[in-house]
Amino acid sequence: MSDYHIAANKLRTTPILTVETESPTVKTFTFKDKECSRAKPGQFLMLWIPGVDEIPLSILSTQEDGRVSVAVKEVGEATQALHSMKAAEIIGIRGPFGNSFTEKHGRILMVGGGTGIAPLLFLAKKVASKTRKLVFVIGAKTRKELLFIDKIEALCSKSSVIATTEDGSYGIRCLATMPLEKMLDEEKFDMVYTCGPEHMLQKVFDLAEKHRIPLEASLERLMRCAIGLCGSCIIGRYRVCRDGPVFTANQLREVKGEFGIAKRDFNGRKIPLE
Amino acid sequence: MNRLGVNLAGLNLSNPTMLASGILGYSVETLESIVEGGAGAVVTKSIGLEPRDGYANPTVVQVSCGLINAIGLPNPGIEEFTSEIRAAKTALNVPLIVSVYGFSEEEYATVSKKAADAGADAVELNVSCPHVKETGSEIGQSLEILSKVVRKVKEVMEKPVFVKLSHNVTNLTDIAEVAAKSGADALTVINTVKAMAIDAETAMPILSNKRGGLSGPAIKPIAIRSVYDIYERVKTPIIGCGGIANWRDAVEFLLAGASAIQIGTAIALRGPNVFSAITRGMETYLKRKGVKSVKEIVGLSHRR
Ligand SMILES: Cc1cc2nc3c(=O)[nH]c(=O)nc-3n(C[C@H](O)[C@H](O)[C@H](O)COP(=O)(O)OP(=O)(O)OC[C@H]3O[C@@H](n4cnc5c(N)ncnc54)[C@H](O)[C@@H]3O)c2cc1C
Ligand SMILES: Cc1cc2nc3c(=O)[nH]c(=O)nc-3n(C[C@H](O)[C@H](O)[C@H](O)COP(=O)(O)O)c2cc1C
Ligand code: FES
Repeated sequence: MSDYHIAANKLRTTPILTVETESPTVKTFTFKDKECSRAKPGQFLMLWIPGVDEIPLSILSTQEDGRVSVAVKEVGEATQALHSMKAAEIIGIRGPFGNSFTEKHGRILMVGGGTGIAPLLFLAKKVASKTRKLVFVIGAKTRKELLFIDKIEALCSKSSVIATTEDGSYGIRCLATMPLEKMLDEEKFDMVYTCGPEHMLQKVFDLAEKHRIPLEASLERLMRCAIGLCGSCIIGRYRVCRDGPVFTANQLREVKGEFGIAKRDFNGRKIPLE
Repeated sequence: MNRLGVNLAGLNLSNPTMLASGILGYSVETLESIVEGGAGAVVTKSIGLEPRDGYANPTVVQVSCGLINAIGLPNPGIEEFTSEIRAAKTALNVPLIVSVYGFSEEEYATVSKKAADAGADAVELNVSCPHVKETGSEIGQSLEILSKVVRKVKEVMEKPVFVKLSHNVTNLTDIAEVAAKSGADALTVINTVKAMAIDAETAMPILSNKRGGLSGPAIKPIAIRSVYDIYERVKTPIIGCGGIANWRDAVEFLLAGASAIQIGTAIALRGPNVFSAITRGMETYLKRKGVKSVKEIVGLSHRR
């Protein structure tokens, strides 16, 4: 996408086509948007909830007929307002924004937590048929919160999907990063992709560093303009909206003082990650 | 010899391009990336006395030939920001200008003094923000209040004081003259232009603040006219700003009377390297025209 295209990306309004409940706190919204239907895995869009807010969301899937889906977890005012919306109600879309995951075809490991699974599922769909090996580790607090497990199992063959829950209600009772240590000691991978809570990303990053495996991680920061101007989303010298949201291990090494540690508040001050 | 070097109110710039306020101006690291991109000076985000969160999203609307923003002056407040100024001063090898806003003349003075004491080479008074009440345009519109603010700031600090003006007034040249007479060392012309966008489907204003300010190519002709008019009226150096995206735009501002120029929105189009691209283009232009110093073309169009 050309730079001019990004800067000139106007807001489009469009009706919600379908709303699906994925878990007690996550719903998938589908709508038509030609521009975002051409997005690559890892890119995000800005979704306007008229009169409420505009929030960044990773693109979960796209269809050739122009349909686009996002998976949204209810966490606060904007996501709550969106969850209360139904088919035919109007939302606004800007995007797609940001870079994307590189699409590697060797032995691939994906580690996703919470709604961070969304962009990885999009990526997995693209690369699954071409990879030599694809292992998907997903984590959630409880069985009910494990997202898209059926879709992932259909893509990866059941044996290479490792589900973890913090309460043990499904799969292994542990954090998503726990099975990784053993796996990385025993198996070889050419690439790790990860998205989810930043503490998880940091853990995955440390393990990938230890085993010298290239890694790409998708980060979240406060977004306002989404086109690299306002400075709300910065980490080190990078703008997450424009230079990210996907960062390589090399880049993450450069921002060690902030990655997994600090983010910028609404007023631009550096604050600890919660 | 550096054809592009300029002395702006006592500050030495290796080239006349500057980062406009509010664009990536929160942190040392991003300011560094702008300097690496070729900027001759940088202006920080506008800083006030207290921290401010700014407005809820949407804070930016992209429109034909530009964008409308109502970010609402989010900033960490001067106390917190002084450490960033100190660090920036050691890290950057170009003049550092801190943009300042306030709700009273005392606030402008206090924040300016703290910024200067922390190492800012100059301050730029934002008296022209079109979307925050009681700071910005209310101050920049009143000859009397503007004069008081500028005088007060000049009283408390010795470093250069720039004043950033808005086109959203009926008497821009009077305002420029008052700012100059009150002691402004340079005038930045212009801030964003009052604007708005409404969505047809929902009949709703898009920005959460409803009203905002337009920047980008759409406002360039307005800014050129503002610089041209002010150049005829005052001797104070002018910093041109508004819609500059390439070297031709930059040269146009110099010909209209600007001694330096600021770039904001074009960074979304072309990234931080927009500065070096513009500088290279200007240099080629000057060579082609047989001009030894960029100073020679400042205001040249007034003689034609
Ligand atoms: C690149 C990117 C991709 C994302 N993808 C998804 C996704 O696919 N699914 C999903 O459910 N969530 C995603 N998020 C997170 C989502 O944007 C926030 O959960 C949402 O903005 C919260 O809004 P709220 O008003 O409901 O909550 P609030 O109560 O306002 O905030 C809850 C938390 O959300 C974060 N947040 C709030 N506003 C913003 C903002 N403008 N930009 C970034 N973070 C914000 C803050 O950390 C805040 O602490 C993504 C965020 C980013 C940056
Ligand atoms: C996202 C954004 C934030 C801005 N914030 C400020 C600010 O804090 N203080 C200020 O004086 N001007 C601010 N401005 C105005 C710019 O400094 C500049 O005057 C204006 O955008 C016109 O220049 P441009 O067309 O090159 O962007 C902001 C502009 C934009 C687009
Ligand atoms: S959201 Fe504005 S720079 Fe990234």
